[in-house]
Amino acid sequence: MIKPVKTKLAGWGNYPVEEGFLFRPDNGRDVLEILQSGLQNNYIAFGMGRSYGDTPLNKQSGVLLTTQLNRILSFDETTGVLECEAGVTFEDIINVFLPRGYFLPVTPGTKYVTLGGAIANDVHGKNHHLDGCVSSFILDFKLMLASGEIIDCSREHNADIFWATVGGIGLTGIIVSARIRLEKVESAYYDVLYEKAPNIERALELFAESDDKYKFSVAWIDCLARGNSLGKSVLMRGNYASAASLRSGTEPLKLKNGPKLAIPFDFPSFALNNLSIKSFNTLYYGVNKNVRKTVYFDSFFYPLDSIYKWNRMYGKKGFVQYQAVFPPEGKEGLIQMLERLSSSNRSSFLAVLKTSGEQNPGLLSFPKKGYTLALDIPIKDESLFTFLHELDELVIRYGGRVYLAKDSELLPEHFAEMYPRLKEFRAIKDRIDPNHIFSSSMARRLGIVEE
Amino acid sequence: MNIVVLGATSGIAQAIATKLAQEGHHLILAGRRMDELEAMSNDLRIRNQVDVYPAHFDALAMDTHEAFVSSCLERFSTLDGVVLAYGYMGDQKESETDMDIVKRTIDTNYTSCVSILNRFASYFEQQKSGFICALSSVAGDRGRQSNYTYGSSKGALSLYLQGLRNRLSSAGVTVLTVKPGFVDTKMTYGQEGMFLVAKPEKVANDIYKAIRSRKSVLYTPFFWRWIMMIIRLIPESIFKKMKL
Ligand SMILES: Cc1cc2nc3c(=O)[nH]c(=O)nc-3n(C[C@H](O)[C@H](O)[C@H](O)COP(=O)(O)OP(=O)(O)OC[C@H]3O[C@@H](n4cnc5c(N)ncnc54)[C@H](O)[C@@H]3O)c2cc1C
Repeated sequence: MIKPVKTKLAGWGNYPVEEGFLFRPDNGRDVLEILQSGLQNNYIAFGMGRSYGDTPLNKQSGVLLTTQLNRILSFDETTGVLECEAGVTFEDIINVFLPRGYFLPVTPGTKYVTLGGAIANDVHGKNHHLDGCVSSFILDFKLMLASGEIIDCSREHNADIFWATVGGIGLTGIIVSARIRLEKVESAYYDVLYEKAPNIERALELFAESDDKYKFSVAWIDCLARGNSLGKSVLMRGNYASAASLRSGTEPLKLKNGPKLAIPFDFPSFALNNLSIKSFNTLYYGVNKNVRKTVYFDSFFYPLDSIYKWNRMYGKKGFVQYQAVFPPEGKEGLIQMLERLSSSNRSSFLAVLKTSGEQNPGLLSFPKKGYTLALDIPIKDESLFTFLHELDELVIRYGGRVYLAKDSELLPEHFAEMYPRLKEFRAIKDRIDPNHIFSSSMARRLGIVEE
Repeated sequence: MNIVVLGATSGIAQAIATKLAQEGHHLILAGRRMDELEAMSNDLRIRNQVDVYPAHFDALAMDTHEAFVSSCLERFSTLDGVVLAYGYMGDQKESETDMDIVKRTIDTNYTSCVSILNRFASYFEQQKSGFICALSSVAGDRGRQSNYTYGSSKGALSLYLQGLRNRLSSAGVTVLTVKPGFVDTKMTYGQEGMFLVAKPEKVANDIYKAIRSRKSVLYTPFFWRWIMMIIRLIPESIFKKMKL
């Protein structure tokens, strides 16, 4: 009865593009039927495909689209605890609950992600330095194992599976539903201080001075700046705006539905070159003065979402996003990375710097205490990958690691060095999924699961 | 409005129920799979802050229909509409030798609809307001060798609805016959030979608009009206030789 559609799939970076067999279950019963059908050797869940590389891909094998598993199961108005199926998107959660005074406790830079995808990558946001990853707010979830059995996982119950699944890129099973604690807010607005930093040293200083004062903080970096200006950036730090502080006439919790622009086709790859990036950056730094502003959540958290398919700006060849975290003592690594980027002229349209807080017990969870830098790099030719492998070595040398949600190039040996708890992860996976029913292109590339 | 959706777990019905709840209507979602209906009800209630209740309904248990309608009236003291969205499509080849499949098809798609809609019809007629919306099929517009068992049961339903419309119009009650083309649901996903597949949300919007504007017959998407007109116009002498 249930059939797949053979189709080409890619993550948000449009690289790599791989053919897989896409199933579209409507409910848990369908998922079970698919897993037990024997139609494919293995399966991986695919949410909104907002991972950049091959995290949700499974070349020539089964891919389970989770976006139809999107029902809200319960909501407690007093505690803000929301239980919903894993395919519910962050956009959905905001649209339903922000008008009632609740917001996501942690959100990535796009709202077009599913709750399941957010857990499987243990996503972090601008408040990581204070609040940690999304898993900090996940009370529990139901996980469908390869056997079809559905188990409850929390910090108390099946705790080892909980921490393997959080950040476990879909390899432990299908997250069916989860309970997340939303955060009470008075308004949909943020008080934000925009401040320029002439270089990386100053940016890091500013972060260090203010990390406890601002719940949300992030900096946009000009990756082409060199010398004394290396790491020239605009810091954006802010807090929730109280209802009372808003201009009179503003309804604090009302949603605004702005027009959405879509990029209708892939840009030719020459459109995004050093020149256009330079002018963008110049414009950006020129426009922003040191100011305090009250901004709507959409433009504060999701500036890119207003252009619906902006990934197409990078052309057909796609792009990679490279995000690394360095521990505080590895600051020198961060600086060297910026130097290599600016001197190699690998243009990055967008580079984002922030400080991150303590690491959690997630076995493959990415963030740890220190600094993270994320950048987009268009793919022009294969030489990029050699360059990225060099960056990987630099990251390892300074005790850092690369974020799997953004990755499409790590080598297995580099990955194993970056994620020392991989062995524990494998042991749990082998126990609950001995036949490796859950696998992905990424899992095979990184050697988590054999070819 | 207070609206009953029969067969609420089908792909199209889910989209219709979602649309109705978004427009602020209160719903009874009826069908056999209570766990699914409960999940759906919770979802629509929490999202839209309207009343949504699951209810058990078995189309083929026709002796329970009277009690079902009463239970809906206990739930909401007045009812404003009913959407009938269930159906059964058995295998055509098997139905040519297996009378059980034929009976199940006819009973699900026709007899049971008459049984339940007759009761709602009387209620709305007395109340002098309300609407009946039932999902028939383009397959009921002309018998074809590939699915005439299903098609004939839907054809009968269409004709019944036509009569019902005629009867109820003086009472101000509307009857809408919906003939959807291919819709992107579990039934069509991954199936070969599907063309012009429409999104369920689009179909649900069309249906909602048709209810509001008191339309009689809706082909959705609209071009199916033209496709079916052409198919109906082919002379029988030619049609009977076609492999349709
Ligand atoms: C513009 C942009 C900004 C971003 N900013 C940030 C950021 O600030 N911080 C950050 O942490 N990330 C960020 N990301 C990355 C994004 O948050 C993650 O990749 C997220 O996991 C994507 O969710 P998704 O639903 O699209 O999942 P997908 O990309 O489709 O899948 C991600 C992983 O989740 C698994 N998965 C999905 N659903 C389930 C399920 N039900 N059960 C089990 N496994 C499942 C998949 O198998 C896959 O391994 C950003 C991405 C974009 C495009």
